[in-house]
Amino acid sequence: MKLRDICEKLNLKVAAGGNGLENDITGVYICDLLSWVMSHAQKGDAWITVMTHSNVIAVASLLELGCIIVPEGIEIDEDTIVKADEENIPVLSCSLSAYQLATAFNEMGIGK
Amino acid sequence: MEFMKYTFDVEKDDFVRAGEASSNIKRTLRELGIDSAIVRRIAIATYEAEMNIVIHSVGGQVELEIDPNSIKVTARDRGPGIPNIELAMQEGYSTASEKVREMGFGAGMGLPNMKKCTDRFTVESVYGEGTTITMEILLKAGD
Repeated sequence: MKLRDICEKLNLKVAAGGNGLENDITGVYICDLLSWVMSHAQKGDAWITVMTHSNVIAVASLLELGCIIVPEGIEIDEDTIVKADEENIPVLSCSLSAYQLATAFNEMGIGK
Repeated sequence: MEFMKYTFDVEKDDFVRAGEASSNIKRTLRELGIDSAIVRRIAIATYEAEMNIVIHSVGGQVELEIDPNSIKVTARDRGPGIPNIELAMQEGYSTASEKVREMGFGAGMGLPNMKKCTDRFTVESVYGEGTTITMEILLKAGD
């Protein structure tokens, strides 16, 4: 499913990387340990994490993840936003928890 | 494909630029048309090595060497070195600071990830001098 459609359905706010809204989201990965994400997340995944420092963009870019979603209204670092725009990695924020996001993705048939 | 060599500097504690060497290496390999599964393995291993230099060392370099038979990445730092390599290789063992762990690093998976992703992996370290990690992925016809 296109990220643009997911954003509309889940009411996700685009914080950065708006150029990547046509990305196809093919899976979901939830984890905050960067080495773990590095070795397990797959290309095209929506990555849900509470980490908001700029190095998450490096991880997402290296793995060609579909987007980063920051749950529970957590504030995103300014240099993360700058880097996300540079690397065209969409960063979305929302008030939902990681669990609520996961169930919503499941209902949309993503990540099965 | 002829022999090619690229070198990237990696600075201590520079978390903003951290990952750029890995990014450049990945881009170079993709431009050469290297198989995407191999590019992913190199990207993961290189990122871990680069982050180790940022987190644990006083600074260093990551070097990429490509020839028709293999892709080799060497991560070399200027110290302080690893006192006990056997311990450092254990999954879950980490000497990372609390601050770095709060950023999601320091899971003790860096060196094991590098080993898993590559065909040849060596760590040489002299405490007080520095560490050199050599990683190689062998290419077959068509990669």
